[in-house]
Amino acid sequence: MIRLALVVARKDLLIERRSRVLLWQVVPFGLMALLLAGLALGPRGAGHSNAAPGLFYLVMLLVTLLMINRSRAIEGAPGTRSSVATLGIDPASVFLGKSLALAVELWLAGVVILAGAVVALHTALGATATAVPSVVVTLAALACAGTLYGALSGGGEGPATLLPILSFPAFAPLLIAGERSYSAALHGGALWQWWVISLVALVAYLSVGILLYGVLEES
Amino acid sequence: MMKLLSQRLLGPVTLVLLALTVWLGIWVTPPDRIQGNLARLVYVHPAVAWVALYVSFGTATIASGLYLWRRTRSMVMDRVAHCAMEVSAVFIILTLITGSIWGRPTWGVWWAWDARLTSTAILGVFALAYLALRRANDDVEVRARRSAVFALLAAINVPIIHFSVQWWKTLHQNATVFTSTRTLLIHGIMAWTLLISFVAFTLLFFWLLRARYRLEEARDEEVARGLEEALAERQREGVR
Repeated sequence: MIRLALVVARKDLLIERRSRVLLWQVVPFGLMALLLAGLALGPRGAGHSNAAPGLFYLVMLLVTLLMINRSRAIEGAPGTRSSVATLGIDPASVFLGKSLALAVELWLAGVVILAGAVVALHTALGATATAVPSVVVTLAALACAGTLYGALSGGGEGPATLLPILSFPAFAPLLIAGERSYSAALHGGALWQWWVISLVALVAYLSVGILLYGVLEES
Repeated sequence: MMKLLSQRLLGPVTLVLLALTVWLGIWVTPPDRIQGNLARLVYVHPAVAWVALYVSFGTATIASGLYLWRRTRSMVMDRVAHCAMEVSAVFIILTLITGSIWGRPTWGVWWAWDARLTSTAILGVFALAYLALRRANDDVEVRARRSAVFALLAAINVPIIHFSVQWWKTLHQNATVFTSTRTLLIHGIMAWTLLISFVAFTLLFFWLLRARYRLEEARDEEVARGLEEALAERQREGVR
């Protein structure tokens, strides 16, 4: 299962490397959204702001939605599903592979957006580094939940507005946990308590995805 | 005979119990020593929340689980899940509205980012998203399967809402009936009125569910009949 998952992840990442959608479209969009949020806060409000963790996760949420749609578009390419069905690939491996590829993409985007937050919102570099483990886990959980909800919404076949409606309530606890632990890293507080919540969510979404992804892909 | 009797009695009994709740809640029970008449909302808000979170969402979750289990898979389960989720969405909105009416004079705000309130609102969005998901798929089986998975995922939120007042010490008070120590924090006629309100609203849910189910069943039959008529028409055209 792991070997197949790695093959699927490699396939998605290779397609991404060739198309460069993440590099030239999604990451610049994320940075622009961060700058716009800074402008909305104003010159006094943006620097050293308490809102920085919230803004970071808001931007990452938008990036996640774009990348889920991208991931589903790859899966919706002509012949992909029939090839997967013909080869008899375990749906759990497909779920794991797609989640891993999405997580890697989100981690890469996260690094750039975090750097953007250090520059534009003046978040302390050392404290930001402390937040990295929680960011890694939260983004991985977002990737797993995103892959699952992407399949639920029907991806490219479903209406574009359906994915945000379906996934926002599921993403909300993850964003709260991520924001709180990032906030705790910047301003002090219970960092690990929220980190554990993200970790539990990651394990839960991984388990549910492995169990139910096949049911969704039957269609 | 029993089935017919229960079907005929469900509506009148529900109405009588709801009227009894109103009568007891407004005219018989005394005002609270601290909160005064505002405490009378206790005969509405907890019962509505009980139906929203446990009875209707629970019914939708169980029916969805039964749909996904191959042995019990049938469109009846899908229909029950759909109808129960619709009723749940209405009751979740009512829960938030009645809670808000209580919150304004007590906390000074209509809405607070309290753990219980926020998690209930998230459940409300889940219920509305479920209904949106159903409208997005035309294929009956795909729709039923995706909706069932979504309902199961959304159900994870229910225990979070239940335990939110214990896990996070925010504004919302702890349980009055389903306490962790299993001791009732309400007594006498107030406790009886509360109990009657729970029964009344639970019966109201089953009444609404039954009515909504029959409507959905009739709609499905209408669609099937229309399809058959269209096929017959095509066949006649082919013969000509």
